[in-house]
Amino acid sequence: MHDLQHNPESVTLRTTEFEASDLHFAYEGVAALRGLSLNVREGERIALLGANGSGKSTLLRMMDGLLFATSGTMKFRGQALTEAALGDDKFALGFHRQVGLVFQNPDVQLFNPTVFDEVAFGPLQMGWGRDEVLERVNKALEWIGASHLRNRAPYRLSGGEKKRVAIASVVVLEPDVLLLDEPTAALDPRSQSQVIELLGSWNDGRKTIITATHQLEVLGEICERAVVLEGGAIVADAAPQTILNDTALLQRANLVHIHRHTHDGVPHRHSSPYLHHEHQ
Amino acid sequence: MSAHPVARTLRGFSQALARTLVSEDAAHARGLLQGIDPRVKLVGMMALVVASALSHRVDTLLELLAVGVGLAMMSRVSLWSLARRVWLVAFVFSFMIAAPAMFLTPGVVVWRWGWLAATAPGVHTAALLVLRVEAAVTLSTLLVLTTPWMWLLKALRTLWVPVEVIALLAMTHRYVVLLAETANQMFESRQSRMVGRVKGREQRHMMINTGGVLLSKTMAMGDEVYMAMLARGFRGEVRLLAEFRMKGRDWLMGAALLMLAVAAVVAGR
Repeated sequence: MHDLQHNPESVTLRTTEFEASDLHFAYEGVAALRGLSLNVREGERIALLGANGSGKSTLLRMMDGLLFATSGTMKFRGQALTEAALGDDKFALGFHRQVGLVFQNPDVQLFNPTVFDEVAFGPLQMGWGRDEVLERVNKALEWIGASHLRNRAPYRLSGGEKKRVAIASVVVLEPDVLLLDEPTAALDPRSQSQVIELLGSWNDGRKTIITATHQLEVLGEICERAVVLEGGAIVADAAPQTILNDTALLQRANLVHIHRHTHDGVPHRHSSPYLHHEHQ
Repeated sequence: MSAHPVARTLRGFSQALARTLVSEDAAHARGLLQGIDPRVKLVGMMALVVASALSHRVDTLLELLAVGVGLAMMSRVSLWSLARRVWLVAFVFSFMIAAPAMFLTPGVVVWRWGWLAATAPGVHTAALLVLRVEAAVTLSTLLVLTTPWMWLLKALRTLWVPVEVIALLAMTHRYVVLLAETANQMFESRQSRMVGRVKGREQRHMMINTGGVLLSKTMAMGDEVYMAMLARGFRGEVRLLAEFRMKGRDWLMGAALLMLAVAAVVAGR
């Protein structure tokens, strides 16, 4: 396994946000996590890389206290995230205020009749006053450039708009930790860059952002640390460029494939259209 | 290739269902019921539904149905839409249940077709059942159509309905919408891959398989929706920006609906 390559001094002073230790989890007998351990420090921007079914989404849901390990422990700021802890209303509200999760499929996250109601849902659950809710929702809608969509039904929005509203509905709570499950999946290039720019503008250096993705082309923009998952376990944890340079690892983790094509009739092959590559 | 009529009907129904449930267009229209406090509307309309269930007279049930039609008109709910989506469906299902009573109840025969003979008490019993269902479904549909779903849940909560029931209802609402949306996508996807005519037996097999897959898919998505609600702090309690406040017209409307319900119970005995 790779060692953490980025400046260790910059992280040693920061507090630990998540401590995952020997996590195991299975869906109806099918293992999703197999002894996964991971520490996340305050302010880190981490990408969880892995093919479909590698355990990225399961890990994010455990970090958000929505799924619980069959064995092993997941801690947030020293507090174990157990079913009993999340069953306590006071703890659950405080925790979800601090840790937000944007789901991969925006349709499951958008269940209110209008965009405004959608973004206001979280602040209302927190019990905030009317003026504060209005102010935060307006600010969040302005931030995603969707003030004009406030009265539209979320299910009538385009894919990119839905994703931006889903992000706003979580970011409106101003969490310390943002968990993103494939935020740019199934988006056109313009919507992809809008989402990445939004996330870049939200981070003030103190926020922790953990992004699950298998899109290597966005890696440099979303993280300083990349963790590669394969079969429910971590197989690499390093700076993004180190991971991107390790073609064998990427092929083994099913993140790149051998790409065949021809130049002037001459057959030619390389690993991925996203890795640095010079044609002869 | 054009879609099979059944598929077309189901697709149209699921699209309309999703649109109606999600958009809440009727709930935001300017009409009589939309302007009433949701708690008053809930209690008043439920009292009328109970009165329909307790009524044993055809004329009383017809009057309750007329009240429903009047309220729909004053609340700008399309009668054509009610007829297609509510009255027709309620009639088909309730008539299927009530029809045997027409032939099995002893009494004076009023209509005969071969060995089938409908009796006067049988027809009366069947008419009572069908009208009861029509009146109750019309009144409860009006309540749901003219009230934003979250307001209705909050009104239920203020009437001491437990948090668990509210959470269940919130999930059911989203689950039905998901079911309708997924059904649409599956119909479209299947239609795009079909060539030529499919035999009746194969068609039935496909429909059964599709139904099974649809249910498991929507159950999985329903779980995700619930997680997405929990992730943003949902604990079963309904919280809204708008607070309910009783005004003079709410008291008046509440009194009118309750008096109507009591009168219907007395007259329908």
